[in-house]
Amino acid sequence: MTKTMTDVVCPFCGTLCDDLEVSLSDDGKQILEVYNACVIGTEKFLHSQAKDRVTRPRMRQEDGSWKEVSYDEAVEYTAKILANAKKPLMYGWSSTNCEAQSVGHEIAEMCGACVDNTAAVCHGTTLIAVQDIGIPSCTLGEIKNRADRIIFWGCNPAHAHPRHMSRYSIYPRGFFTGKGHKSRKIVVVDPRVTDTASLADIHLQVEQGRDYELLNALRVALNNEWLPDVVAGIPQEKIREVAEVCKSGRFGIIFFGMGVTQSLSKNHNIDEAIALTKHLNEFTKFSIMPMRGHYNVTGSGEVLAWQFGFPYSVDLSRGFARYNPGDTSTIDLLLRGEVDAMLTIASDPGAHFPISAVKQIAKIPSVAIDPHLTPTTGVSKLHVPVAFVGVEVGGNAYRMDNVPIDTRKVVDPPAGMLTDEEFLTKVRDRVKQLKGVK
Amino acid sequence: MSEFIIKNGHVFDPTQGIKGDKKDIAIKDGKIVDKVSGSAKTIDAKGKTVMAGAVEIHAHVAGPKVNVGRIYRPEDKLFTYMPKKGSQRMAGGFSIPTTFKTGYEYAKMGYTTAMEAAMPPLFSRHVHEEIRDTPIIDEGAYPVFGNNWFVLDYLKNDEIENTAAYIAWLLRATKGYAVKSVNPGGTEAWAWGLNCLSIHDPVPYFDITPAEITKGLMKANEFLGLPHSLHIHPNNLGNPGNYETTLDTLRLTEGMKAKNKFGREQVLHLTHTQFHSYGGTNWGDFESKAKEIMDFVNKAKNVTIDTGNVTLDETTTMTADGPFEHHLTELNHLKWANVDVELETAAGVVPYIYSPNISVCAIQWAIGLELGLMAKDPMRCYITTDHPNAGPFTRYPRVIKWLMSAKAREAQINAFKHKDKVVNQTSIAGIDRELSLYEIAQMTRAGPAKSLGLSSMIGGLKPGMDADVVVYNFNPDKPVAKPDDIEAAFQRAACVFKSGVQVVADGEIVSNGNKRTIWVDAKTKENPQVMRDIQEKFLKFYSMTQANYESIGHHFIPNPYAIEVDARS
Repeated sequence: MTKTMTDVVCPFCGTLCDDLEVSLSDDGKQILEVYNACVIGTEKFLHSQAKDRVTRPRMRQEDGSWKEVSYDEAVEYTAKILANAKKPLMYGWSSTNCEAQSVGHEIAEMCGACVDNTAAVCHGTTLIAVQDIGIPSCTLGEIKNRADRIIFWGCNPAHAHPRHMSRYSIYPRGFFTGKGHKSRKIVVVDPRVTDTASLADIHLQVEQGRDYELLNALRVALNNEWLPDVVAGIPQEKIREVAEVCKSGRFGIIFFGMGVTQSLSKNHNIDEAIALTKHLNEFTKFSIMPMRGHYNVTGSGEVLAWQFGFPYSVDLSRGFARYNPGDTSTIDLLLRGEVDAMLTIASDPGAHFPISAVKQIAKIPSVAIDPHLTPTTGVSKLHVPVAFVGVEVGGNAYRMDNVPIDTRKVVDPPAGMLTDEEFLTKVRDRVKQLKGVK
Repeated sequence: MSEFIIKNGHVFDPTQGIKGDKKDIAIKDGKIVDKVSGSAKTIDAKGKTVMAGAVEIHAHVAGPKVNVGRIYRPEDKLFTYMPKKGSQRMAGGFSIPTTFKTGYEYAKMGYTTAMEAAMPPLFSRHVHEEIRDTPIIDEGAYPVFGNNWFVLDYLKNDEIENTAAYIAWLLRATKGYAVKSVNPGGTEAWAWGLNCLSIHDPVPYFDITPAEITKGLMKANEFLGLPHSLHIHPNNLGNPGNYETTLDTLRLTEGMKAKNKFGREQVLHLTHTQFHSYGGTNWGDFESKAKEIMDFVNKAKNVTIDTGNVTLDETTTMTADGPFEHHLTELNHLKWANVDVELETAAGVVPYIYSPNISVCAIQWAIGLELGLMAKDPMRCYITTDHPNAGPFTRYPRVIKWLMSAKAREAQINAFKHKDKVVNQTSIAGIDRELSLYEIAQMTRAGPAKSLGLSSMIGGLKPGMDADVVVYNFNPDKPVAKPDDIEAAFQRAACVFKSGVQVVADGEIVSNGNKRTIWVDAKTKENPQVMRDIQEKFLKFYSMTQANYESIGHHFIPNPYAIEVDARS
């Protein structure tokens, strides 16, 4: 008899599906099958079962080889590099639970660290725009129950958030949307013909980097003012048609992704997209929502905000919290050579940062806490493998619409492995000793 | 646990009718006791004022919309940060302080209990994470019910028992404290960009009126016999002429009687009444109707209110009244955040500057004070700023100064740019009442504790009650040299005990205390219909599963204190 666990939460993307079912072996130690999850989510659960998984910390040696060390030695190294640094950097946090983030922040406060999450290279620009102009938004259930106008702008959920469309945005039959897909009009704005675009009623194939102009043109169209024949590669008739589609809906939503947050104009694109949403509320009900990537990047922003007042790129090095993206953000700190120790957790800057920043990580004392082998663990001095959050330990996470969901433990981690929270707690206690804090 | 004795202070305790007599207060094992042994540590309170720990009945201090405020207002942190010190974490922010600062600032002012005023049930885990990170003070949170689909469905058919069973289930799932209703029906209408501005406007699709929702929630609340009454933010907030909607809402209490074993007498708590006491037809002829509201409230023994005093600061407004925040952003053109919450509620956030140079703000300031000064029964009228909506809670000492000193009010009236309008369109200039320390103790301690159904536990200094005790550097025997001395005394208490642990000494935090999360566990008869309805709505319409909905476990509620209610008979 296999055992089945229900209501399991998927620790992969910001969609944070919580309806997974996982079947386990008789002894409850092996994951056999994962139901309801997308292919990426399934892989995350099954990957934890890999036989060749690294289960003990490893320290890089002089000759470039790796030597297994104990967790205690790893704690000692981590505590020392953080406590002794003038300005340590603690980056990542997006694929771990809020419990671990909280402990990490205590360490950061004692060491005067800079704390940053992956929003710095993702939706940080969104947060800057929100600080400029606000954000009218809603929970994903509202989309399912009410929305009849769905816009995907610069995002491709078919690949990045595979179950988003079936759970919330395109297909579900909600309370006021009993006809499901048929009750909705889908608009996709993307220079590429993506798999999401193939599902659209209207695909606006915007010229690359011209999103700001198109967003602005839509606002002009809302006011029935003059437009040039073509804006951002889109004929004005088409723009007016989309404006009309938006106005005529009962409840609309713009979902947007890295196609607008990290292309030319960055936060200004989002400013304009939010202004468009606000403008549409003069005609009907409209919302806008960032498609957050990591399953708990939103949570990192939330915890940082209630503990320090800012959602990312927080610099505690002066004894109080400062926030100035571009100055206190991770890549900038690395490129300026300003930080003298780095702790990376639950993210992979090695795979996503500019090579010049990654080289800097390799130069300074560094530790990477991650269940996987990644480019980041490869350049760090110490790799601390930990239990998978959401698979081997539970803990709170925030979905892309800021809804908190407590993830579940499905199986035990391999014998003797620590969780993020346990490891950081040991580091915190050691830092307290080193700093003489009671 | 150690023993303490606070000696020779002037004690103000409405629960025992003590009005400034010199008396010793003894503390043992977290409780007030008659006497302690000779080894008790003595605190000398000679020439000082002694009161119970203050009770906050309505403030937005934890949860998603508070955190939206923190996230989207980095400017609120400017010049406010306090570095880490001893057992304190670093702490900053003004109108939306970090959780740590929230706990420290309340404690320094002598507050030991605070209620988060609006918890969206779907986000209860977030609210509890923030409460956990708010040190020292005991906290509870009110889940919002006034726009909840279950409630609208049941009350459409006047199904009180089903509504009550659902309320009990939701209080348990969210670890909530009381039944809150914000703009009943109007926030559901807002999901379509609409609103309910009177108590008889029908709610789109649901075919029910705000009056029916309010009446039904009051009945369900009394059916359960919960510690607190229905806590309402009525329709039509913030609009000129809205006092009539407020009176209409208040009249719904006529003939209703409280039924509970907690000593609570009201069936309705009307919150931030200042925002609901406006006359006039536009911002030009905007005027105070505080008298009309207080004439009703003074007579209605089954109603309590809090004031919602405007403090003339730059602040951050936030409310589950989604349509109001949209209205506000259209008015002041400052950044607007909105969150509609599936099946339950919505929220909006907009910064606001209450400028003494704007006549409307000055009139709002006057109305809030009029309410407190016109209250005949201070046990039923409590001081709040609807933090952070009318001003941050850290301004309570200033509000107390204005209430206690006609001289301080006069100075402020004279400082207004449009003094004439304030004088003509309110009656503040003609009021010479000055509240006594005893009345302040009623409005900030005994009164709110009683309204919350916690009067046997907090808000007083009777032996057996929790040892929440505050000593203020204020000598009631001496004439007040200058009104600012009142503010200074209440801003930084000389000494604060929370459940028998000294948490503040000389205005500084000395311990993080033993914070608890207070919630209400109401037991009802099994109700298969409601359980089936809950199951169905989760299957079909919620975006999360029922099994993941509950707030449970050490991470969210490390130190729970459940108040049990048995409504099975």
